[in-house]
Amino acid sequence: MKRRAFFKALTLTAALAAAGIGGAQAADKTVKVGVLHSLSGTMAISETVLKDVALMTFDEINAKGGVMGHKIVPTVVDPASNWPLFAEKARQLISQDKVAVVFGCWTSVSRKSVLPVFEELNGLLFYPVQYEGEELSKNVFYTGAAPNQQAIPAVEYLMSKDGGGAKRFVLLGTDYVYPRTTNKILRAFLHSKGITDADILEEYTPFGHADYQTIIAKIKKFASEGKKTAVVSTINGDSNVPFYKELGNQGLKATDVPVVAFSVGEEELRGVDTKPLVGHLAAWNYFMSLKNPANDAWKKEWAAFAKAKKLSSADKPLTNDPMEATYIGIHMWKQAVEKAKSFDTDKVIAAMAGQKFKAPSGFTVMMDPKNHHLHKPVFIGEVKADGQFNVVWKTKGPIKAQPWSPFIPGNDKKKDEPEMGKPAAKK
Amino acid sequence: MLAWWLRLCLALALALPAQAALDAATVAKLATGDGDEKVEAVAALVASGEPRAAGVLQALADGELQVAGERVLVVKGEDGFDAVTGEKVSPLPESRDDVVANNRVRGEVEAALAALRLFSPEREARLAAARSLSGEARPALRPLVKKALAAETDPDIKPLLAMTLASLEVRSPDKAERLAAVRKLGESADPSARMLLAPLVEKAKDGAFVEADDEVRAAARSSLAAVEGRLAWAQRAGLAFSGLSLGSILLLAALGLAITYGLMGVINMAHGELIMIGAYTTYAVQNLFRAHLPGAFDWYLAAAVPAAFAASALVGMALERSVIRFLYGRPLETLLATWGLSLVLIQAVRTLFGAQNVQVENPAFMSGGVEVLAGVVLPWSRIVIIGFAAAVLGGMGLILARTRLGLFVRAVTQNRPMAACVGVRTARIDTWAFGLGSGVAGLAGCALSQIGNVGPDLGQSYIVDSFMVVVLGGVGQLAGTVYAALGLGLLNKLLESWSGAVLAKIAILVFIILFIQKRPQGLFALKGRVID
Repeated sequence: MKRRAFFKALTLTAALAAAGIGGAQAADKTVKVGVLHSLSGTMAISETVLKDVALMTFDEINAKGGVMGHKIVPTVVDPASNWPLFAEKARQLISQDKVAVVFGCWTSVSRKSVLPVFEELNGLLFYPVQYEGEELSKNVFYTGAAPNQQAIPAVEYLMSKDGGGAKRFVLLGTDYVYPRTTNKILRAFLHSKGITDADILEEYTPFGHADYQTIIAKIKKFASEGKKTAVVSTINGDSNVPFYKELGNQGLKATDVPVVAFSVGEEELRGVDTKPLVGHLAAWNYFMSLKNPANDAWKKEWAAFAKAKKLSSADKPLTNDPMEATYIGIHMWKQAVEKAKSFDTDKVIAAMAGQKFKAPSGFTVMMDPKNHHLHKPVFIGEVKADGQFNVVWKTKGPIKAQPWSPFIPGNDKKKDEPEMGKPAAKK
Repeated sequence: MLAWWLRLCLALALALPAQAALDAATVAKLATGDGDEKVEAVAALVASGEPRAAGVLQALADGELQVAGERVLVVKGEDGFDAVTGEKVSPLPESRDDVVANNRVRGEVEAALAALRLFSPEREARLAAARSLSGEARPALRPLVKKALAAETDPDIKPLLAMTLASLEVRSPDKAERLAAVRKLGESADPSARMLLAPLVEKAKDGAFVEADDEVRAAARSSLAAVEGRLAWAQRAGLAFSGLSLGSILLLAALGLAITYGLMGVINMAHGELIMIGAYTTYAVQNLFRAHLPGAFDWYLAAAVPAAFAASALVGMALERSVIRFLYGRPLETLLATWGLSLVLIQAVRTLFGAQNVQVENPAFMSGGVEVLAGVVLPWSRIVIIGFAAAVLGGMGLILARTRLGLFVRAVTQNRPMAACVGVRTARIDTWAFGLGSGVAGLAGCALSQIGNVGPDLGQSYIVDSFMVVVLGGVGQLAGTVYAALGLGLLNKLLESWSGAVLAKIAILVFIILFIQKRPQGLFALKGRVID
């Protein structure tokens, strides 16, 4: 008796379960997407909010009916600022979780690490951070800035009268591919402007470096050797906190030696006393302080999301450029899927060309028809006492990205579009 | 025609003092002009001598200047004043834009404000103004500086102003003035003096000297040499300080290990995590103070130091009691077990506080720095940490040399069976000693939270350095640890200033490998049976 009842129950459950699965499939369709950002380790300071803003954007899209009627189901993984782990997690997302698209990576070394995986498995990656260029993969869309959309305008500004007319440059960075390549491009650019090697000082520190005493002393010494000096910082990750603390403590003022940073935004300056840092600069394609209706709405949405999810940043919600780029990327992917009427990687890639989106920067940004980069506006901002940025210079409108910088020899022969058909060339 | 002119002049003369209005066109240029126009407007406002000009410039420097349509407003909180007339404006117009001052404009405004403050009746204000003006003065301010110098009698302020005037006159077309200025600059130790002098001895592109006059050039050369000599000393002092600072941090991180590894022989891979627990305790105490005692926030460190010691000591003693005591005399198993414990502790903190770095704010007295020599600023946070490291070292020395616990620890270290024979409860002493070492690690974490990032991985970056210091100093020696920490700190900074941070780190590791090859017992060897 007992056994029979048990079997009955079992059969019933199985039937119910089968019905349930079938019902679910019929009622609401879903699509899996991956989020690949470091939530621990040295890069967590920058990348954690990108994960959060991606989740916010998924919620926003799902609330409006999803992508082609499919609800987005995110799979969030933590590659822990560990570059080989990025590749492992990417493989897991594509082949095991079968995600349609991955939004992720911050450092170029992590992107380089996942690139072969995406090319081999024909995945799709949206990369939301400014970077050094020198790369074009069919499987990657770069929604951050290329050097000509950030680094070059920033240095040009420093050399202009309003930027202080700098004649000497300290190129300071974390020791990996992005700072090294950017500084190579900048050195060539400075040469083209008649600045000699004697007036350029290049310095690198390891990831997670915390003692910037010697570096600041060196900058001071270099700055006292004759001409107006400016510092170009490509320091990445949580090293920026001790760097800016030391800068403030040692009293290096922006009116004497301005520091322009390419990886420091509102989020990185959270928790740093910015009063001694007033006037130091950052170059981005978006600042939280921009005044326009799109930005106001977006900031409000983010603040509400942070509060609803009880994020640690909820009492002081900040937005920044890579968050904007993540937001643009997700929306453009949605538009491309709806245009292609398919989640298939190749069809979506083809549909991405020429996608337009009204971005929180106040401009309508466009995906270049060929080179997988956005046409974006450039802003240069000075740090204010409250940790926000005053925009002191901007381009008239969006400018086209040059992933192959003309300042690196040999790049003039490279094609401004990835090779289609076969996997992108291995360099 | 003449009569018309006279009438106009009269009208202007009457109108201006009556309303004390600033020139509307200048103010408009200040608010909405481009960089060049703004700089011109600043100079014009200073030259106008109007008492209200300073207020408008101050508002621009503080970001309180706003534009509403054609009108320029000074907005302080809820109140707005018209920048031109000074009248109160209410209600404030709805749409207002901030006037953005970039570095160039702000530099001009700050210099101008400082120059205006040179005439303040208070000595302190004048001194501060003279200080902030040195190296920052603009040619347009020369008449003001000259006037202030003539009127100034204070022996501290006068030389500052004389130096500022010299920096302005070094480009003067008058040879005598230039020569005097160049000689005066030779007395300076300020980096800006070098920037002014260096171009004078250089050749322009066409081969001619920038400074045509031989006498002035010779004076510039000798002045430059004098300034550079002073600057070089300042740099050496700065380097020595940063080495000392790094050394003090290494010492703090390694002192605890000097007890647990050096004296007790436990290879404690979780030492870094005990440091991390100290840092997180500081963070927790900071949050408690912020929530419950915001008035005494600056003093949270006073509570955080004992709390960090206690928290790490308790965790350390728990580890010793539960795991490590079973593994005494088995270094390989200890190594593995403590490494596992370190992972457990990291994960526990990650679960409790989140994986992201937490922010530990410096108390007000620890931000900023003191300028001991021109160009050498010693940050207060680092000075405090050096003092703290010395105090911890002194305390440890006293405990080991003067207390009963210290006596027992030394006895157990030197000869465990004999100590047990005369009645020392060696197991308990082990626990206390391990707790002491862990507590000191907690103190290190408290100090590190003030200058670095606090995250779950904090300890990982210090564990290698700590072992390096203890092994280099000689196992079982407190003095050796001190010398090794300071030596490594200085050497590291010296190498860093030559070769950069990345190569310096490698060079230090190579140096230690070679050193240990030559002298496996470290700097100071303990003589006796312990070595066996």
